[in-house]
Parts: sequence; structure tokens; C-alpha cells
Amino acid sequence: MKRQLTGLQRALAAFAGGFALLALIFEFASTEGAPLPVWEFPLAGTFLVLGVLAIGRIWFQLPLFIDGALSVLGAVALLLALDTLQMAGPGYWFALVSTWMFAWLFVEQLAASIRAGRTSPTLGMLIPVVFGLSLLLIWEIIVRAASVPMVLLPPPSMIWTRILTSLPTLTADFLQTFKAVLAGFALGCGSGFIVAILVDRSPFLKRGLLPIGNFVSALPIIGIAPIMVMWFGFDWPSKAAVVVAMTFFPMLVNTVAGLNASSSIERDLMRTYAASYWETLLKLRLPAAAPFIFNALKINSTLALIGAIVAEFFGTPIVGMGFRISTEVGKLNIDLVWAEIAVAAVAGSAFYGVIALIERAVTFWHPSVRGGRT
Amino acid sequence: MTSVVSARGLGLTFKTGDGDVQALSDVNLDINRGEFVSFIGPSGCGKTTFLRVIADLEQPTAGSITVNGTSPADARLNRSYGYVFQAPALLPWRTIDRNVGLPLEIMGYGDSAARVSKALDLVNLTGFEKKFPWQLSGGMQQRASIARALAFDADLLLMDEPFGALDEIVRDHLNSELLKLWARTEKTIAFVTHSIPEAVYLSTKIVVMSPRPGRVTDIIDSPLPRERPLDIRETPEFLAIAARVRDGLRAGHSYEE
Ligand SMILES: Nc1ncnc2c1ncn2[C@@H]1O[C@H](COP(=O)(O)OP(=O)(O)OP(=O)(O)O)[C@@H](O)[C@H]1O
Ligand SMILES: [Mg+2]
Repeated sequence: MKRQLTGLQRALAAFAGGFALLALIFEFASTEGAPLPVWEFPLAGTFLVLGVLAIGRIWFQLPLFIDGALSVLGAVALLLALDTLQMAGPGYWFALVSTWMFAWLFVEQLAASIRAGRTSPTLGMLIPVVFGLSLLLIWEIIVRAASVPMVLLPPPSMIWTRILTSLPTLTADFLQTFKAVLAGFALGCGSGFIVAILVDRSPFLKRGLLPIGNFVSALPIIGIAPIMVMWFGFDWPSKAAVVVAMTFFPMLVNTVAGLNASSSIERDLMRTYAASYWETLLKLRLPAAAPFIFNALKINSTLALIGAIVAEFFGTPIVGMGFRISTEVGKLNIDLVWAEIAVAAVAGSAFYGVIALIERAVTFWHPSVRGGRT
Repeated sequence: MTSVVSARGLGLTFKTGDGDVQALSDVNLDINRGEFVSFIGPSGCGKTTFLRVIADLEQPTAGSITVNGTSPADARLNRSYGYVFQAPALLPWRTIDRNVGLPLEIMGYGDSAARVSKALDLVNLTGFEKKFPWQLSGGMQQRASIARALAFDADLLLMDEPFGALDEIVRDHLNSELLKLWARTEKTIAFVTHSIPEAVYLSTKIVVMSPRPGRVTDIIDSPLPRERPLDIRETPEFLAIAARVRDGLRAGHSYEE
């Protein structure tokens, strides 16, 4: 079976090979003004020659994993070259572009092959991995090859080393901040949910409470954080209070909207059974509201993290992710700041991911989850 | 014979943004215990509205109505009717058996499982208990919604075009099943339809309605026996009643033109 390349794939293949050729032609790097030709870097040379040869796919078919292997080879070669060269030349940058295009071509073909059913969908997990690794690599290589000052942007390898050497600090900061995140998230979402039901129960409260909720959510976090510190002290409860203020309103509004999501015919049905308010709520309106409620939970998971970290800028005991970021920036320990950011990003994604997984299990029936007709 | 539904001078006017809509005007009707009454008429003549008034889902603006000798509100609170809506309205997060069991849960029946399987058997859905509504065809969903209305002991069954979306063959089958069910359970059934043969085949009484304002133009008591094989539809008596219904519908139409 002949696999037909799409226009995009053909263009990518041509450009990847073309840039490899350019990289062979132009000056690769230099040290103290003296040029370093590409054959001083055997691995990079091998990659570039193979890359040019891969243009041969016009006449014969290449398995798609060749492109994956080529991009890995290119990445390793470029990383190793960084140790010897002082100044990257145009050839080096062309080689980087070529590597990147091979990675893109690989992902492109893999996605097409999964869509056509030739490759098992579990390999699709490779796509985000390749994407993330490429980003990290490009970051690493650009920062180091162009000698970007560390205070502007440290390379990922440096951040990673910093994470490994500062594990105790990072763990303590993470635990301190996540106490505030989890407590604030639970209280904020819980109270938003309960108030939503009170509001639903009584139109009087609706007129009174919704504007107040709106008002609270409009308060700037920088304004309330110092006040919360005065009210609840320096430790994590004041940060949790900020998180409560931030997460309350999204939950309130989404739940109120969700409670109206059931159709009138479904509510009529419950009426014909003479179901009580609470039975209708439990058996019809809350399940129908679940997609809305999970939306609020997902929004709030990111808001809670931002709120807790920023709130720590305004007075904390000497631990916490926000505290660390604000003080280490002053000491120009940028790599530690980035290490904290990396921990926050991973923890935030994991928090979001767990909620998204629970959502899939709970709202399995919703057309957006089961991917069917309504 | 006792009257299950009794309407006197019943009227209902919807107040809308662009004027009032008279959905029902001066409806006088008695539905007796054990009767099968069909409502037929062009779209918008108030068939659904009348069923909804019986079910206490709409409040009349004129006249009076009793259900089981009480007000519709009390009848609803006594759970004395089952309602089959124009759409299946099954809850997508519940399997079919739990959908059918929903009224039993709310009304606190103890023998829920046995009732659910009996109701599903009546509509030929045995074997689909654990499916979700969105895994079933439209016709199966509608049958599940009928099973749900049959699962609990209501003497009055209100059905709003339950077979409207089904093909002719399935419809014939369900019609004769419905007749058997009616004979066996001695329920009183109020049934909305657009089909003349369906109305004549099923009913002991046919109520012909016409729109603007929605009103009853003819009430036909059927002389057909209660035992009805499908081929009764070729007999002269049957065709005579069908002709009378058709005349009634036509008269209602010419009235507005
Ligand atoms: N909630 C409402 N508000 C305003 N007008 C309504 C409402 N419900 C029904 N009507 C109007 O009342 C009239 C009767 O409606 P109804 O639904 O009872 O008709 P129907 O006989 O069931 O029609 P169909 O055969 O199309 O189902 C229509 O003119 C309709 O527009
Ligand atoms: Mg209708």
C-alpha cells in the first residue's frame, strides 16, 4: 500500500532536507574568531548528511519513524556541539531549523497515520511528548547557543539542576502554598455551590446575593490580599481567604446557570410525579448542571493557584512559592524562580487534569464527552 | 359510569408579547372510567394544552375542570395519572431501567425492580435495561418513555402523540399492543394523535378539535367493539367513522378561511 504524502508533509520534507543542505554549506560555528567546520562535529555531520539523503523519499517510501529518529539524532548532535563551540554560525541555526522540521514532519505523519487507522492510537501520546520536548530543546539550544544572559532566561537544563539541588526548599514551599490552594478551593467552590442553591431557592436572595458576589469577584486581588493578611494573619489561612474570594463567584454563576440547564419538559415530568423541590434538584437539576459545575471547578483550579501565589507577595512566613519567587527575584536567583514556576506549572496541570478526569467519569452522558448526537 | 375528567366551559388564554392566544375556549367534555379518548385536530388547536390542563401543568383561565372528582392539582399530588410527552424526555445519565424506575423512586415503591421489568416487557424492551437512552433509536426511546408512565399505578394515562415519530409498521404494532394493555389494565386513556386511522382504531370516543380559538367541534362515540383486530380497519363501520372524523376536521378548517 503506497502511502501518499500530503502537500504539507511534502513541503516539510523538502524544507527539512533543504535546511540540512544549507547547514552543510554555511559556516557551522566558530571559536575565538576561527571557523569550526561541520566535520569537527561528526554527529552533527552525520545528521545533516542523512537529512539531505532523506529527500530521496520523493522516489522511495520512508517509514515515518525515520523522521522521528532523524530529529532525535539532530537534537542530540546539536546539544553535544554546544559543549565545544563558542559562537554558533548560520550553519548551526539551519541545522536547528532542519531538526525542528523533521520533528514536525514526524508528528504530522504520525497523526495522519493514526487517523487512517494504520497506527494504534496509544502512540498518539507521543505527539504532545514530542511537542513538549521540542519546545524545551529549542529553548535550551537558543539560550545557550546565543549566550542569552541567565537573568533573562536560564536554559531548561539549569532549571532542572536547580530543581534537583533545591528539592527540600521546593517541597516546603509547595506544601505551604498548596495548603492555601486546596483549603481555599474547597471553601470557595463549596460556598459558591451552596449559595447558588440558596439563590435558586429564593428570588429575594437572587436579587441580593448575585450583585454582592459580582462585587467581590471584581475586587482586585492586590487590594484584598493585604487586608486578608490583617484579618487572618501571616500564615496560609489569609492566602486561602484570597483564594475563596477568587473562586466563589465563578462557582456561583456557573451553578446558577447549570441549575437552569434541564429542559422544561424534564421539569414538567418531575412535576407530574409530584416530586418535591429537593427530589427534583437531586435527581434532575443537579445532574443536568454537572457539566457547568465542572467547568467552574476547572476554571477555579487555575485561579486558586494564581491567587495563592500572588497573595504570598503580601506578607508571609518565610516559606511558600509566591514568597520564594518574590524574594529570589530580588537576589537575582532566577533559576530558582524558574524552578518554582516549573513546580507551579506541573502542579497546576495535575490539579486541572485530575478534575478533568473526574469530569469525564461523571458527565460521561454529555454529548461533548461521548462525542455523539444530542 | 364515573367521570374521570370533566370539563365545563373550560378556556385558556395565553398572554404573549404580541397579544393573547386563545388556546382553548368553551370546552365541555367528560371522559368516563375505562374509556379510550382520542384528540385529533390540526396543529395548534390546543390538544397538548388540554392534556396539560388535566395534568395541572397549565392553569385554565375560564370554566372548571375536575380530575378523579378533585382539582387537577390534587390529582397530580395524588399521582393519579401518567403522562407520556411528545418527546421521550429520558434522562441521559440514567440507564433505561433506572429511567423507568425514576417515578417509582420518587413515589417510594418498594417492588421497583419487578415493576420495571414488567413495564419494559409491555413495550418489548426487555434486554435493553442497561443501555443509555442515547444508545437507543428514537422509537425505542419513545417506548421506554411509555414504559415509564406504565410503571406506577395510575388509572389515567395521558399520551401526547406518543407514536408520532414512528414508522407505520412499528406504529401498527404498538397500537395493537396499547389496545391489549388498555383492555388488560382497564386504564382510562387520553390520547393525542394526528392520524385518523389511529384515532378510529384505538378509541371509544373521538374528540375533533379545531384552532383559533382552540375548541371542540365534534365528539364521536365509536360503535366498534372493544376487541379490535388490526383488519377491523377495512370494515364499513370503521370507514364510516373515519369519514365522519375527516368531515369534522374539514369543517374546522373551512371555518377559518
Ligand atoms: N406556553 C405557551 N405560551 C403561549 N402560547 C402557547 C403556549 N403553549 C401553547 N401556546 C399556543 O397555544 C395554541 C395551542 O397549542 P398546543 O400546543 O396545545 O397545540 P397542539 O394542538 O398540541 O398542536 P400540535 O399538534 O402541533 O402539537 C398554539 O397556538 C400555541 O401557539
Ligand atoms: Mg401538541
